[in-house]
Amino acid sequence: MANFYTDNEDIQFHFEHMDVAGLAGVMEEGFRFHDEFEFAPTDVEDALDNYRRILESLGELAAEEIAPTAEETDLVGNTLNEDGSVTRAPGIDNALKRLAQAEVMGFTLPYRFGGLNCPQLVYTMSNDIISRADASLMNIYGLQGIAETISAFASEEIKQQYLPPMASGKWTGAMVLTEPDAGSDLQAVKTRAYQDEDGNWFVHGVKRFITNGCGEVLLVLCRTEPEISDGRGLSLLVVERGEKVKVRRLENKLGIHGSPTCEIFFDNAPAKLIGERQRGLITYVMSLMNGARIGIASQAIGIGEAAYRVARDYAHSRKQFDTAIENFPAVRELLVNMSVDLQAARTLTYYSTYYVDQEYGVLREMEFGNVEDKDRRRQLKQKSRKLGRCNKMLTPMSKYYASEMSMRVSNDSMAVLGGSGYMKDYPVERNLRDSRITTIYEGTSQLQVIAAVAGVTSGTAGTFLEMRLDRDWPEDVAPLIGKIREGMDIMAECVEFIKSQPGTSYRDLHARRLVDIAVYLVVASLFCDHAAVSEKKKKVAEYWLQWRMPEIHMLKEQILSGDMAAVKEFEALAGPVPVTE
Amino acid sequence: MGYNCVVCAKQVPDTKQITGDAMKEDGTVNRGALPTIFNPEDLNALEEALAIRDAHGGTVTVLTMGPPAACDLLRESLFRGADRGILITDRRAAASDTLATSYILACAVRKLEPDIVLCGRQAIDGDTAQVGPQLAEKLGFPVVTYLEQLQSLEDDVIRVKRNVGNGWEVVSCKLPVLLTVMETANTPRPRAARRMMKYKKALAPLELADADAGQLDTLKEKGLLLEAWTLDDIGAEMAWCGVDGSPTKVHRIQSVVLTGGEYHELPPTDEGVAELIGELIEEHTIG
Repeated sequence: MANFYTDNEDIQFHFEHMDVAGLAGVMEEGFRFHDEFEFAPTDVEDALDNYRRILESLGELAAEEIAPTAEETDLVGNTLNEDGSVTRAPGIDNALKRLAQAEVMGFTLPYRFGGLNCPQLVYTMSNDIISRADASLMNIYGLQGIAETISAFASEEIKQQYLPPMASGKWTGAMVLTEPDAGSDLQAVKTRAYQDEDGNWFVHGVKRFITNGCGEVLLVLCRTEPEISDGRGLSLLVVERGEKVKVRRLENKLGIHGSPTCEIFFDNAPAKLIGERQRGLITYVMSLMNGARIGIASQAIGIGEAAYRVARDYAHSRKQFDTAIENFPAVRELLVNMSVDLQAARTLTYYSTYYVDQEYGVLREMEFGNVEDKDRRRQLKQKSRKLGRCNKMLTPMSKYYASEMSMRVSNDSMAVLGGSGYMKDYPVERNLRDSRITTIYEGTSQLQVIAAVAGVTSGTAGTFLEMRLDRDWPEDVAPLIGKIREGMDIMAECVEFIKSQPGTSYRDLHARRLVDIAVYLVVASLFCDHAAVSEKKKKVAEYWLQWRMPEIHMLKEQILSGDMAAVKEFEALAGPVPVTE
Repeated sequence: MGYNCVVCAKQVPDTKQITGDAMKEDGTVNRGALPTIFNPEDLNALEEALAIRDAHGGTVTVLTMGPPAACDLLRESLFRGADRGILITDRRAAASDTLATSYILACAVRKLEPDIVLCGRQAIDGDTAQVGPQLAEKLGFPVVTYLEQLQSLEDDVIRVKRNVGNGWEVVSCKLPVLLTVMETANTPRPRAARRMMKYKKALAPLELADADAGQLDTLKEKGLLLEAWTLDDIGAEMAWCGVDGSPTKVHRIQSVVLTGGEYHELPPTDEGVAELIGELIEEHTIG
């Protein structure tokens, strides 16, 4: 039977190589849950075996039942009915039913709400698998962060009301943030939320571009403090689908056709407040968004995986000039670059998720662990701050790199297939269309770069690299480490130069270049870790550094050039705004 | 009202994974060389039973005959929603043909007093499709083979749409009944994660290295004990079991290798098509 987990050596390599056991220990809190829930694991081995089984089972479902419907789903899309309800593509409906039966719609939720209490890392792997089968399904499957946000911040009453039906797959959710005039800049949100005399909340306004806005549980970012015009005036409320929630329009999109993108009108819809007022954007949405960014990174990886496999297969079987086209150097290089790029994005994203899990574990211990010892508390606080800084950098890096990779790989896959790839006969054109959105939603690549560059200029990237490199390396890996250190010196030189420039324009202009250097080095350090245990991965690490180091030198030259023409000579270089008669 | 369903299932070699050593020299299947799987159409039978339980209530018991390793099939059934798993295992049952197998299964099924017995249409190793109907005969149940759709189930009357090869037949009959289910009847549901986490620990007594009573009690208490029945437990007469109970004798096994031979082209005209059909009928390929 086809299986998108067992046929994917790279995901399995990460599962076996990364410290998933450590994460299981954190999640299971000393394996205390088994007393209450008979299915909960009793020890680390038991938990690992569970994760493996869940991924294997999901891999089979993805390959056997979901992937075969992706083409039809892309063709059929969603339909907005006259009564305002949305009919999903049959493949998506069936997949959601199956995922509910498989009990994986509460992947990371606590057992007590019907969840599986898995680490984010394992959930990220599952997103990778699902997205390879049908990227647009991931937009609904991958919205489990809605439930996580409720679990983390809402009152017990709200949790009890919403989490069990979400974990069972009966209800799905949506994060309802964007408005016509509030996209990247969420501080501009206008949708109002107000209380009546009895303290009941109501939401009024229009939201746009809402993925799965036809879902049952909507987390809506609203202005509760009209007198405060920025992000501090915003709160997060939960609204249930009902008469006062109207889907007015479904967007007609380039890709991810199985994912319904809705415009919603909230007509004084009854709502409940999540957590505290005014923390909507600055705390809750930021937390939700970080999880969602990892989600999109894994979606991008799944799309890349799907596109790569088609190209690899095609290059092997397609004959031109009496030989398989995989024998031509140019095609070989395309395929190798795709494969290495894909592995780089997966490694970066999986490790980012691993550190998110670590941070979560520390926070949990601080909050619920009854840590009396002062030194231990201080230690935990320090650790959490350090991990927090790392994650603020690694998460946007992953989202940026993985989504750009997805586009590159889908694009190159089409290059390998040539004319055939441009036709609807192969899934590559769908992969290319689907990949495009990953660089846009949950924050565009340009915004991810701005978020990540702060971590590079503040020294977090350097500290992180030092931490990763601080171990004994096998003799044959040591030369690679030498190269990374050389790259780190270049990075430091670039940071220093950027910091010496007045204002922030120069930094913003060259941010992408600086982040690229940092990503190349971070990935290299992780690859070296793999190289120490796997000959195959050693070749990948060597190839990576062989080709990224010259790029790093090029980027350095560009950064140190001091050139600001794109900003200063904008009018001359971009020309005037085109006028059409 | 609820219905008690018994699903008869078989663990079979995965014939999709055939390699060079899949056959022994004597022409029989080398079971050790192939991974085993849940016979595909038995999964459809299980799904049909689970759907009956979802709609009407009742229980689903999975029954399998085989070596201790067949406990994997029972666990797999529990992952997907079955209530109970029973293994019939006994060295004296080895080498049973379809007649002996259906006799042994009948002895076990009688003990369970089911309303509905479900089997897959056929197993991918033997492809005989005999065990279901033979079992029905021994139980004295009506049999409806090739189920493609269960149309209704009310009180003690079931209505089934069955595939008869060149069309469909809708039949009604009274319970108890035995149904054989086709692959096209449904798509088996996936394993449920939490059931998998729980029932992966389910064990039959013979899987425990040195089973002590305490261990068995603990398993039973947690609902994790797979039952294992011997031929004595089901009151089977030895003369009808195993080699003694199996009249099927393999006369000769031939390895048939299909090779391409001569071909001739026919024009894409009405006459050409008519000629092609005539030739295919003559060679008994169709018709």
